[in-house]
Amino acid sequence: MKHSLNLFAQSLLGSLRDLLPIILVIAFFQLVVLQQTPENLLQAIVGLVFVVLGLTFFIFGLEQGLFPIGESMAHAFASKGSVFWLLVFAFALGFGTTIAEPALIAVADEASEVAAEAGLIGNHQDAMEAYADGLRLTVALSVGFAIALGVLRILLDWSIQYIIMIGYVLVIVLTGFAPDEIIGIAYDSGGVTTSTITVPLVTALGIGLASSISGRNPMLDGFGLIAFASLFPIIFVLAYGMIF
Amino acid sequence: MQLLQDFPVLLLATFFDILPIAAIIFGFQFLVIRKPVTNLKQVLTGMVYVLVGITFFLMGLEQALFPVGRSMAEQLTNPEFLQSVRITVGELQWQDYYWVYIFAFAIGAGTTIAEPALIAVAIKANEVSGGAIGIWGLRLAVALGVAVGLAIGSYRIVVGAPMHYFIIVGYGIVVIQTFYSPKLIVPLAYDSGGVTTSTVTVPLVAALGLGLAETVPGRSPLIDGFGLIAFASLCPIISVMAYAQLSEYRDKRNMKKYIEKDEYYSKQKDKD
Repeated sequence: MKHSLNLFAQSLLGSLRDLLPIILVIAFFQLVVLQQTPENLLQAIVGLVFVVLGLTFFIFGLEQGLFPIGESMAHAFASKGSVFWLLVFAFALGFGTTIAEPALIAVADEASEVAAEAGLIGNHQDAMEAYADGLRLTVALSVGFAIALGVLRILLDWSIQYIIMIGYVLVIVLTGFAPDEIIGIAYDSGGVTTSTITVPLVTALGIGLASSISGRNPMLDGFGLIAFASLFPIIFVLAYGMIF
Repeated sequence: MQLLQDFPVLLLATFFDILPIAAIIFGFQFLVIRKPVTNLKQVLTGMVYVLVGITFFLMGLEQALFPVGRSMAEQLTNPEFLQSVRITVGELQWQDYYWVYIFAFAIGAGTTIAEPALIAVAIKANEVSGGAIGIWGLRLAVALGVAVGLAIGSYRIVVGAPMHYFIIVGYGIVVIQTFYSPKLIVPLAYDSGGVTTSTVTVPLVAALGLGLAETVPGRSPLIDGFGLIAFASLCPIISVMAYAQLSEYRDKRNMKKYIEKDEYYSKQKDKD
């Protein structure tokens, strides 16, 4: 008990150190550049304490829960040898974590406003909602596809560079044809898909797979799933913008 | 007191966010793998920790960082403030927004250091590389990338240049670097683009982008306000590969020095 309390205090200190840069940046800008004290200082301090606590719990839980389950599932799939179920799992993980992602919901709503404003779709509630839902579905499908493709890459030992480069070329070509209004949103949608829970799980899955298949190097083959999950949504959303 | 009332609500909301993921994991575990989870109790406790951690984290963000960050983005892009710190005469030029670029840089670096997803990847990379990749080395390299990315991104919003030129140049750099970087870092570098932009960075950065696009004359928030996140995902790829290239270069140079020293001593010995 004493040991784990000690450990907790240590991670608490670590989280505090992680937050120090933000606190310094904000303090500097408030006091030196803008020359005012922030409103609700007390609320801000309470909030910071919450952030520190949150980070501490999160990292604690990461090592105990998310990393082990991700890796043990990867090992189990590898020893079971069923490629089909592994790919279904990868797709479900990507799709399931993305469709409910709050950041994506926010971006999709804003995107529907842009599209309505630009006259791409009718400027009324129904059309905008349909557009936003379509966009969310597109991004979620693309992340599912990306994770499944990334897993397939680990299994078949494809080189990651070439897939990424083909992806880049596709992005550039599609940018030339997509309507201007969708481009910024499409590029951003790659960034918003990978949430705080998805990243550790997907990383553990990749590394677990790469370390349980002989002849794979976890460093070379284990990483890269997140890269796919950030690249493919760009392509899919650009295509979505062109179809609409 | 408001906090105490908010906590269970947010805890429940976070729980429902995590539910589909938990359903997928346990669904596959029981239906497809059909084996009991090793250390089920520990895994479940860990997940509860993650749930509580994210809830606290989000509440803290809502209470502390977002209001302050948003109001700061507004104040820094406020025309009155810009008039008081400007360095050119006549109409506002892009140089007059220098505090915005510095703020974008600093907030990018600061939020990335605290990003939970990046910490997770750094822990794994350190473990897998047998310590060759330092947790802090990776985190600092990514933070620097995000910082530079956001500074460039806000410059783009101010001057109103088309987004895709920047992205295409960035992709070009990534492709060239890929050929010259140590092979082992490449996949990790590609991944670091995606991990930087989750819980902390996205809302703050979005506020900055929209604030800028609203106040700079001739910019539309709907079109120019987007795109900062894309910069924050692209530049870390470049900075992480650069970090690996630099440490490889340093190692090689040290090795060379070492060999030269060795030869020098052995010659000395011969003379004696």
